Amino acid sequence: MKRPVRLVAVALAASALVLAACSGGNDGRPIIGLITKTDTNPFFVTMKKGAQEQATKDGIDLRTFAGRIDGDNESQVTAIENLMALGAEGFMITPNDSRAIVPAIERAKEAGLAVIALDTQLDPADAADSTYATDNFEAGRLVGEWARAKVGEDARIAFLDLTPDQVSVDVQRDQGFMEGFGIDTGDPNRIGDEDDPRISGHDVTDGAAEGGRTAMENLLQRDPGITLVYTINEPAAAGAYEALKAAGKAETVTLVSVDGGCPGVQSVKDGQLGATSQQYPLKMAASGVTAIAEFEKTGQKPGNPGGQDFTDTGVTLITDDPQPGVDSEDTTFGTENCWG
Amino acid sequence: MTTGFEESRQDRIQHALHRRPTLGPLAVLVLAVIVFSIINTRFLNPENLSLVLQQVTVIALLALGQTLIILTAGIDLSAGAIAVFSSILMANLAYDAGSPGLLAIVAGLAFGTGMGAVNGFLVTRIKLPPFIVTLGTLSIFFALNSVVSNSETVRGTDMPAIMTWTGETIPIGSFRLTYGSIIMLLLFGLFFYLLAHTAWGKHVRATGDDAEAARLAGIRTGRVLLSVYTVAGAIYGVAAWVLMGRLASADPNVGTDYNLDSITAVVLGGTSLFGGRGGVVGTLVGALIVGVFRNGLVLAGVQVVWQGFAVGLLVLLAVTIDQWIRKVRA
Repeated sequence: MKRPVRLVAVALAASALVLAACSGGNDGRPIIGLITKTDTNPFFVTMKKGAQEQATKDGIDLRTFAGRIDGDNESQVTAIENLMALGAEGFMITPNDSRAIVPAIERAKEAGLAVIALDTQLDPADAADSTYATDNFEAGRLVGEWARAKVGEDARIAFLDLTPDQVSVDVQRDQGFMEGFGIDTGDPNRIGDEDDPRISGHDVTDGAAEGGRTAMENLLQRDPGITLVYTINEPAAAGAYEALKAAGKAETVTLVSVDGGCPGVQSVKDGQLGATSQQYPLKMAASGVTAIAEFEKTGQKPGNPGGQDFTDTGVTLITDDPQPGVDSEDTTFGTENCWG
Repeated sequence: MTTGFEESRQDRIQHALHRRPTLGPLAVLVLAVIVFSIINTRFLNPENLSLVLQQVTVIALLALGQTLIILTAGIDLSAGAIAVFSSILMANLAYDAGSPGLLAIVAGLAFGTGMGAVNGFLVTRIKLPPFIVTLGTLSIFFALNSVVSNSETVRGTDMPAIMTWTGETIPIGSFRLTYGSIIMLLLFGLFFYLLAHTAWGKHVRATGDDAEAARLAGIRTGRVLLSVYTVAGAIYGVAAWVLMGRLASADPNVGTDYNLDSITAVVLGGTSLFGGRGGVVGTLVGALIVGVFRNGLVLAGVQVVWQGFAVGLLVLLAVTIDQWIRKVRA
């Protein structure tokens, strides 16, 4: 019985050492960190790719870290501490907890690091030197406007949100959609306080296909008359589409979403998704690397354009069914610029 | 103050539950169905009920494997990771390597079985606690899942039809039964039979009840445990195929909560986390309770925040009942 135990222990120790050796040394290039929410979500995988490409161009040693799961603040704090120990020039971060991460960020700034938030703002926003992000409210507003032009005012609308926790990206997209469609949002910082009779119901999806399908099935059971569905992101939309298809409503119900990932743009092309708001994670990451590299050269800390608390990396409505008065691009443009 | 009469009635209930641990969960399920159908008459529509069954099918399969392991007083935190990784392996074999659909599915089932066997090997030969083993393999399988999948979803339209066949439905009136649900129910039937009427089933229970006593009685507990973890892995492999049917795709980013969801179903079903007591019928009921509550609360127009709250309460209730029943033995 003793032998296998020792063998396994030796094998584990050896593989840990091999992994450590593979991570390599540094050859005097400036170090920049990228800390993402997770390293599984295609959005952050793309972000990593964009940062890596830019870092190679600028002669930067990029070190990447990630939370283990969405909402994991502690791993991100550890990553910041590691970057300070490494003597990094600065780092980009998509915060898992916009408020809880701030003390660690303040310590890093005191140590002279430049800090850039990507995709999600810190709370307060000026805790970061600058922020590169999608205007999520605008992303929601665009699909809301398009949906109103497409299906008209008399819709029965289902909302497939992210989680019950009212996180900022969830609230901004949802409330943006309502604004664009012409629904009174009540408190624009809260989902679910509206009393417009056109709202059929809300449910949460965790931003995934399984959640999207289950949520859509249940909402349809409650109200078979749903004609329009807003979804927080494209995986949730894909799940919702499967539910609509199974209920024989795929042709009659209009789906809209936000993301602009390649599978999502393909769904627009296939007619499963009416329209989606495309965001640009590659651009966010590349801009961040360039800004910190600039700081390393000139000592000039990055900042946001005058009077704003973030730098908008842009959002484009992608649809093959353009509506009058709503700016959009077709899926050819969408495919050229998609991510993931 | 309690009278002797009340106590004896309490004793009777306690004993009845002790003999048939499924009674409690079944009562909760029936009660929930009655309440939700009063709140919203749509709840009892065959169409709605068939959706509830579809929604719990994957979790029920994971919970089936989980039940076998919990019966041996173990726990499997890697159930969801094995299922998701198996589905990614199936999809990538078919999509990237261009293997025929059936072969990809068989290979995926083999991988799932293999991952279960790894858990079993570490538990029985290296003698590590199941909680620690599966905590480790959970991370390892999810990491490999990210590497193999590159975090990219494979769409159902890019795979052979058989990969998503489990999502196809057979209409029975307006009740739409999926092939995935049929597979799930058949497997529950099979393991109900195996646990109740075969030596293997008795050995599984005996090992969970008191491993030392089982060993002294001549049961080769190490082999029993290894077989249980391996079989559970095979069931997770089946869950992987059913999952692809449900999503019409293979998504590497699902399943992070599946481990806990499957344990929830087992606990709600009256299977004791201390091993030996409980069974697969209870687990199916437990999975249905979660599905019925989620669907029923949406139909009732309850805010989504309260769905998690309700399930949490039910879990605490189930464990309280479990503890109360165990007093019978004391």
